[in-house]
Amino acid sequence: MISTRDLTKRYGRTVAVDGVDLEVREGDRYGLLGPNGSGKTTLVRMLLGLVFATRGEIEILGKPVPRRVTEVLPSIGALVEGPGAYPHLSGRANLKLIDAAGPGGARRDRPTRIGDALERVGLAGIDRRPVRAYSLGMRQRLGLAAALLRRPPLMILDEPTNGLDPRGIREIRELLTELNHGGTTVFLSSHLLPEIEAFCTRVGVMDRGRLAVQDELAALRAPTGRVLVGTPEPDRAVAVLDGRVEGRDGQLLTVRHPDPADLNAELVAAGVRITEIRPERRSLEQVVMDATTTSSDRVEAP
Amino acid sequence: MIRVELAKLFRRPRTYVIAGLLCALPFTVAVFLATTRIPPPPGQGGAFLSAVLSNGALYPAAAMALVLPVFLPVSVAVLAGDAVAGEASTGTLRYLLIRPVGRTRLLVAKLIALITFVLFAIAAVLVTSFLTGLALFGAQPSTAVTLPADVTSLSGVTITPAGLVLRLAGTVAYIVVSMLGVASIALFLSTITESALGAAMGALAVLVTSQVLVTLDAAAAIRPYLPTRYWLAWIDFFRDPVLWRDIERGAGIQLVYLLVLLGAAWANFMTRDVTS
Repeated sequence: MISTRDLTKRYGRTVAVDGVDLEVREGDRYGLLGPNGSGKTTLVRMLLGLVFATRGEIEILGKPVPRRVTEVLPSIGALVEGPGAYPHLSGRANLKLIDAAGPGGARRDRPTRIGDALERVGLAGIDRRPVRAYSLGMRQRLGLAAALLRRPPLMILDEPTNGLDPRGIREIRELLTELNHGGTTVFLSSHLLPEIEAFCTRVGVMDRGRLAVQDELAALRAPTGRVLVGTPEPDRAVAVLDGRVEGRDGQLLTVRHPDPADLNAELVAAGVRITEIRPERRSLEQVVMDATTTSSDRVEAP
Repeated sequence: MIRVELAKLFRRPRTYVIAGLLCALPFTVAVFLATTRIPPPPGQGGAFLSAVLSNGALYPAAAMALVLPVFLPVSVAVLAGDAVAGEASTGTLRYLLIRPVGRTRLLVAKLIALITFVLFAIAAVLVTSFLTGLALFGAQPSTAVTLPADVTSLSGVTITPAGLVLRLAGTVAYIVVSMLGVASIALFLSTITESALGAAMGALAVLVTSQVLVTLDAAAAIRPYLPTRYWLAWIDFFRDPVLWRDIERGAGIQLVYLLVLLGAAWANFMTRDVTS
């Protein structure tokens, strides 16, 4: 769906995006993680033809961007750096304007289209209040409704849950999951680890403009070849395992061993009691920590 | 997209506030003139003002002379300055562009909305000032209109009401073209900055500078090329016969400004990174 090659954007002397090779496949739930200022938004803007790349190529739905971006954009629903709306108009009036502004869709179906989109994002009951009076969460939902108007096969969402409360975040996640099951490819960027971890199947990590990691979430979180063992008799367990224990934290041991089941059988056979046993997995946080160097909004003294 | 821009124009309260303010100025002047009956001496004060006392039907022309030098260009500069920069600051510019609306289309739609606004504002001023003129000064017998002496320099020339309407139509067309020059300056600046206020301010700075240089003899060499030099040339429509020389030059200069600045606005907007 989306692929970029050596995509680079320079603003003066700062390099916002540096040689990114992004690969989003059809049906993916792709999460682009990275701290604020790591180049996520610039990358998203380049994908949508808002910002022009200094170097590199973008291909979306098989067409080069920005050269043929107008053919690609009707198939994309997007949210870029927060929602935008005319503050003096109602939410419905805003959607009408944005719907009428571009191609596609009969004028006759407009009210139905807008009604459906508002219902999906949980704003079916909005009245004639102007957007000025909306909360940040309501504006965010309105922005999502605008992105959903055309039922696009590809959604590019920059920080989609910004300003929502935990229940709202969950609702949006469920909505996006439902869309994804219906065949929509979802590409979202966020600086919130749990959000990506809960929703995405594929993860990219940005660090100071570079795409430091890009892989399946399952692969990133694959077992490390070590097993965590909880036991009330750690000393006996250490004696039994003889040198294979790599770490000890109170009653929790980290053991180098390929298979938790075999290890469990071995320990029980030796008469060691076990309270818990599970394979060790890297947390996404650990992955990000390993991939990123420093917080990009940190300004060190020279 | 053009329909969307027009909907945005006419759904904004400020459109009517600005038009209302434009109408209020000639009305206020008319009230003072009608109550005191003190006309400005011929050749001074606003054009046509001394003539309207004897014929209220000429008041629309006087009203044009009142709003044109400052009020109308200021409102056009404010709206045109807001055209792109305002969309950028509400965050709607990026959503329009990814909708997708082509950048050229967006600029053209903005320009058409601006022309519509100028026509709307002028129409509002003409209608209200015509009614004001008739109500406060009365009309001459409707068979003939005497052109005022301070404008024609030949007193007593009369034209038919139909002739008056034609001349007013010419005036409106000329003023629209003049305002397009203003709009193109502000629109160009609006594609450069994200501040609507900055773009409007920049356009006004150009106009004020031009107005000052027009009166300065030392700047006589560049005078014919200043954007405001021929702004009041529409008064020549009320001479008999109509004096076309300045009208043609004025319209020509405005068209050149329009083409050059719109071209610059277009070139800038097409290649600009939209980071708002």
